[in-house]
Amino acid sequence: MALSVQDVHFGYGAAPVLQGLSTGELPRGSLAALVGPNGSGKSTLFRCAAGLLRARSGRVSLDGNDLSGLSARERARKVFYLSQDTEARVALSVFDIILLARKSLHRGFALSASPEDVRAVEAVIEELGLAPFASRDIGTLSGGQRQLAAIGQALVREPDALLLDEPTSALDVRRQLDVMATIRAATRRRGIVTVVAIHDLSLAARFADHILVMNQGRIAQAGEPDKVLAHPAVSETYAVGVHLERSARGTLLVEPYIQVH
Amino acid sequence: MTAVLPVSASASADYRQRNARRVKLIVLGLAALVFAVALDVSIGPGNLALSDVLRALADPSGVEPRLSVIVWDLRLPIALMALTVGAMLGLSGAGMQTILSNPLADPFTLGVSAAATVGASVAIVFGWSIIPGAGVFIVTANAFVFALSASLVLFFMTKLRGVSAETMILVGIALLFTCNAITALLQYRSNEVQLTQIVFWTLGSLARATWGKVEIAAVLIAVALPFFLMRGWALTALRLGDERAESLGVRVDRLRLEILVATSLLAAVSVSFVGGIGFIGLVGPHIARLLVGEDQRFFLPVATIASATLLSLASSVSKAINPGVIYPIGIITALIGVPFFISLVMSIRSKGA
Repeated sequence: MALSVQDVHFGYGAAPVLQGLSTGELPRGSLAALVGPNGSGKSTLFRCAAGLLRARSGRVSLDGNDLSGLSARERARKVFYLSQDTEARVALSVFDIILLARKSLHRGFALSASPEDVRAVEAVIEELGLAPFASRDIGTLSGGQRQLAAIGQALVREPDALLLDEPTSALDVRRQLDVMATIRAATRRRGIVTVVAIHDLSLAARFADHILVMNQGRIAQAGEPDKVLAHPAVSETYAVGVHLERSARGTLLVEPYIQVH
Repeated sequence: MTAVLPVSASASADYRQRNARRVKLIVLGLAALVFAVALDVSIGPGNLALSDVLRALADPSGVEPRLSVIVWDLRLPIALMALTVGAMLGLSGAGMQTILSNPLADPFTLGVSAAATVGASVAIVFGWSIIPGAGVFIVTANAFVFALSASLVLFFMTKLRGVSAETMILVGIALLFTCNAITALLQYRSNEVQLTQIVFWTLGSLARATWGKVEIAAVLIAVALPFFLMRGWALTALRLGDERAESLGVRVDRLRLEILVATSLLAAVSVSFVGGIGFIGLVGPHIARLLVGEDQRFFLPVATIASATLLSLASSVSKAINPGVIYPIGIITALIGVPFFISLVMSIRSKGA
């Protein structure tokens, strides 16, 4: 029972972005961190996996079933991709947009929301601590608050696979820890597959079960955090030196540094 | 869920309260619309007392023929045309603004109205009819065909180039300028009578109202509003950006094309019936946004009602300024609408709706 991307090719126009990318099996209940330099194709991989882009070749499957035959709505129900873009400034409240994420799961034209949908929204608001600003328009919120609201949209849909594109980039240190812990707990509890694209290698090492290192449209290295981060592929990918250390509290800390030749 | 959730439960209580308020606003809006239409019917040449008007409405055959003719054949078609055209322009503008994520968009910005003017001018200057046998409706028929063609050009060019909001706006503006240039060319080579006719057509006037047009417009709205509302959640999702909407399972390209076709049809019909009436399709949706936000379930009907109310009021004003003279309503909507609109934006924006 897993999410798997096999030998996917994709390019915008003539420029290839994904070049035979395979992730291996990402089992349910596990959290994977996708790391890699800017422009290495992380978001493109997510879009292909979620069906927003059509891969030229290759296969994306969930629990062994190919996803390509599904309708847009069905696929979006199984795999939810949360893009980095949380800039929309519209006159909709946090509650509105989370309810919207829930409502768009259903087919049909019911204009009002069911009590179950409202309860699901309440639960997510509680889980992420959104209550203090749940009734405010998202246009009036800070970047971090908007990001939290967007994560609320992801969780309320209860997908089988969750692809989060830098979900903590605008959050303060406390919120980063809270959100990563919430995402990991939800992943375990619901038995879903979660992949988080993230730049902070220490945060990745701390919360992820696996790390996927992406470089030039391929997975350069994958596996458990301490093994992957110690691998030379990481310093080659980023063109940095990597120093690893266990803190006194037992946390793996990653210190990248620029090598002087 | 057994846990007590005081804070988040209050968020959903807020939500319900807000919805109840929005429903109340829709009811109030409908009441205002009825009032505006009644006002519109009661004002006009003929010096009728309000009681006479009401009597004629209630019992057309029981009153003297002159009264019945004025109310039923002259005033009511105009009042109902104001109502239906206002509603069509409002819904059309609201739809355009939503799919283009641009508060300045309306079918006029995208050249639909300009194309209709080209069609009308061709009829006036050359007497060419696009639809054979259009007879006395030649101007209306041409305007409609041209307006719809402009939408089709927009439709196919955006389909070809990819349906981003930017592409649609750019193609629309290119259409607008092309059509304006063609109209200018036609005016240049027309005689004085034709020129006057073109100018009057461009002004937009409810005096062209007939019961037949009112019926067509009413049917169109009755079909279009549910068509939009069925896509209410998807349209709201679109306001969060194309990519997020797609993630939520919305087929963004298809939705945008469907709404483009629907808004174009609404605009083409209203422009060909009464000429260019600017500003209503822009102001109505703005008022709606200030009143109920951008949840499209409420935004679309409120935009429709607000626009219909505004055009009905403008129709009353056009008759009241100088009793005995009915000014073309296009002039009124722009002259009175603009200051009203600016004061509205200034007063409400600061509070935050």
